[in-house]
Amino acid sequence: MTDTAAKPGQTEVWITGIGLATSLGEGLDANWAALQEKRINVDEKGFAPFIVHPLMPVTFDSQIPKKGDQRQMEAWQRIGVYAAGLALDSAGIKGNKDILSKIDMVVAAGGGERDLNVDTGVLTAEAKGANAPGFLNERLMSDLRPTLFLAQLSNLLAGNIAIVNGLGGTSRTFMGEEVAGADAARIALSRIASGESDIALVGGSHNGERKDLMVLYEFGDFNLKNKFAPVWARKDHAGFALGSAGAFLVLESRAHAEARGAKPYAKLSSVVTDLARRKQSGDMEATLEKLWDKLPKREGKGAIISGATGAEPATSEERGFLKQHTDFPVRSTGTMFGHTMETQFPLGLALAALSISRGALFPPNDSTGTEIEMQGAPTQIVVVGAGHWRGEGMALVEAVS
Amino acid sequence: MTAPRDKLGRPVVVVTGMGIMTSLGNGKADNWAKLVAGESGIRTITRFPVDGLRTTMAGTVDFVSVDPFSSTGLSERMAELVTEEALAQAGIGAKADFPGPLFLAVAPVEVEWPQRRELGRAVGAQDFTYDDLLRISGGGKYNAYHHRFMFGSVAAHLAETFGTKGSPISLSTACASGATSIQLGVEAIRRGETDAALCVATDGTVNPEALVRFSLLSALSTQNDPPQAASRPFSKNRDGFVMAEGAGALVLESYEAAVARGAKILGVIAGCGELTDSFHRTRSSPDGKPIIGCMNKTLADAGMTPDQIDHINAHGTATPENDKMEYNTTSAVFGELVTKIPVTSNKSMVGHTISAAGAVEAIFSLLTLEHQRIPPTINYDTPDPTILFDVVGNKARDARVTAVMSNSFGFGGQNASLILTREPA
Repeated sequence: MTDTAAKPGQTEVWITGIGLATSLGEGLDANWAALQEKRINVDEKGFAPFIVHPLMPVTFDSQIPKKGDQRQMEAWQRIGVYAAGLALDSAGIKGNKDILSKIDMVVAAGGGERDLNVDTGVLTAEAKGANAPGFLNERLMSDLRPTLFLAQLSNLLAGNIAIVNGLGGTSRTFMGEEVAGADAARIALSRIASGESDIALVGGSHNGERKDLMVLYEFGDFNLKNKFAPVWARKDHAGFALGSAGAFLVLESRAHAEARGAKPYAKLSSVVTDLARRKQSGDMEATLEKLWDKLPKREGKGAIISGATGAEPATSEERGFLKQHTDFPVRSTGTMFGHTMETQFPLGLALAALSISRGALFPPNDSTGTEIEMQGAPTQIVVVGAGHWRGEGMALVEAVS
Repeated sequence: MTAPRDKLGRPVVVVTGMGIMTSLGNGKADNWAKLVAGESGIRTITRFPVDGLRTTMAGTVDFVSVDPFSSTGLSERMAELVTEEALAQAGIGAKADFPGPLFLAVAPVEVEWPQRRELGRAVGAQDFTYDDLLRISGGGKYNAYHHRFMFGSVAAHLAETFGTKGSPISLSTACASGATSIQLGVEAIRRGETDAALCVATDGTVNPEALVRFSLLSALSTQNDPPQAASRPFSKNRDGFVMAEGAGALVLESYEAAVARGAKILGVIAGCGELTDSFHRTRSSPDGKPIIGCMNKTLADAGMTPDQIDHINAHGTATPENDKMEYNTTSAVFGELVTKIPVTSNKSMVGHTISAAGAVEAIFSLLTLEHQRIPPTINYDTPDPTILFDVVGNKARDARVTAVMSNSFGFGGQNASLILTREPA
């Protein structure tokens, strides 16, 4: 097991910036308000029978001023660059050349949108008999936009964030679906905690309004169809509804934050991840239990923010784990934001920090009794992220004492 | 020998196992023999039709079979084979029980054309839309393709096969990915999180669309005939890189742990450095500052000065811009030493193994240290008069080599350098 628990002598790591652009809105206030009102933004028609949580439209110009930059990106990158910009704003370091020139970046990313017209064009021409040996080559040479590749490359989300905001530290892109988001936070945390880094930008972005992704997940029958239901109420109608979102955090050593007078939303105390074999029923639940035991002691007022997808059997395994910890009120980001894949874990971290800083957990939104009301201010929130197929992660976000 | 800690008080990180595969062959022995003999692995592509392509050659790995074929499947199989070689040499852990984490550099994963075409045929109509493809994708018939085309699938397979610990990390920093995988392993050991790490980098993506993508960015050489002469690093008539496949695996350990178990030490990762260039998506900042900063950071990380580096394993892609930029930035860091340090580019023979290149070239650098012999840069017939490197042209050179700098630069402003030495500094 790999873990990043704060060790004696290691520096405390604060969350000093949060950037959110989601299906519920842009920025912390809009997202918080929607959560309070239990407002969910789903589109059951646009991709029917599939369901998506579409991005609440934003004015990209405010974070990506050059149209030329926007044109070089596909939606997933624009969403991410936008959310990353909001996080830098929130931390008060936007345009601060001293800090931005050394900030370290760990981004969790998938790949970018395909040109569906090109793909369909090739396949239908072949269905009509085009079978010359060089047919595919010629069509791709003539039909693909020369710069589309750059809008698809995983590490070009980080690249675009660096270009638009002038970042000049290190830049690492992790791939691997849900757990990539947890590992990104784990590595950034361990680098700061050990003194390798002072400040880092961590997060991811996802465009869920993509048929090419739906094909990929449909291969495994993972898409939620026909009717929306909260994640915990999908047992007999399993699946995830893809969501569009960008979620970024600024992580910073306490000393670095205090030296520049930055206020924390919360502290990130630990991130632990693992890879359950998932060969037998109970494997994943056991791994979540192991991760839970790895986290520092929880003695405060606790809660759990889960990134459960709604896909089976992972969601039932996670429900089994949650049943062992019913004293912790649970909230599901999957219900409220859809499944945002690599972004789900950073989104959970963002909402945990936001809840702690606002002195309340957002209300439950569930018909099964898995989510219960919480009175008073949470001081410790465990973020759980279990992948729909592989990968498990967990983090402890705490109030700064 | 020396203290188990480096000048900055961190555990010294050593290499105790290596595995490699390129278009030249499988394994260290075969690759090294061909590399110092100046053999090229670049050939005309036979895997798929090349009609209509501007570039028709590549450094493909055609001697590994994967069924059903996919680029991701080939990447996975190559990674598995090089890891077996590295683990056999290191003799660490037990079978399927590697005592540390996995850091995997792998090309971004996506559904590929053979599978997309299979789906197209399955629609069973002459005219259809993308929705029709979506409609027939479910039901379990293509379940294996879901697993195959998960970004984390190669790492999950390796982690399960070799029993690495914890969550395996799949990463991409474009053409610097291999170096980044090593850097992540070094950092984990230096932080004391683990005594050992498995760093693997693999790339099997010579397929039509990948070739077209680089072609459309005008990044590839079009000197197709003869293919062996296409990759011309530091030559006046260089015109782009040659896509290639390959994989490399390194077992990293703390010096202390390696010594304690009596492992043979193959070399030291003395320094790692990384610096982002925010100038442009595919071009380096014209002043070269990010690359200069990257090399300087790496020297500082190793606690070394430029005069202690006696060989540079260049990124040397043979694109007009890269080689010029690499020379200018190296000059800025090394001053007048730049004309005296022997420089070579393995890419002249194995091509550009993209996501794997950083690890492949780190392994070649370690073999250079072991054999005290620098592999040549082939096709170096017409030196670029503005690049004053001491290029090890066409013939391997025996030399006293104690420290090698290996550079990797990638799209998205990714710059990473490594310093490898024979013994702890």
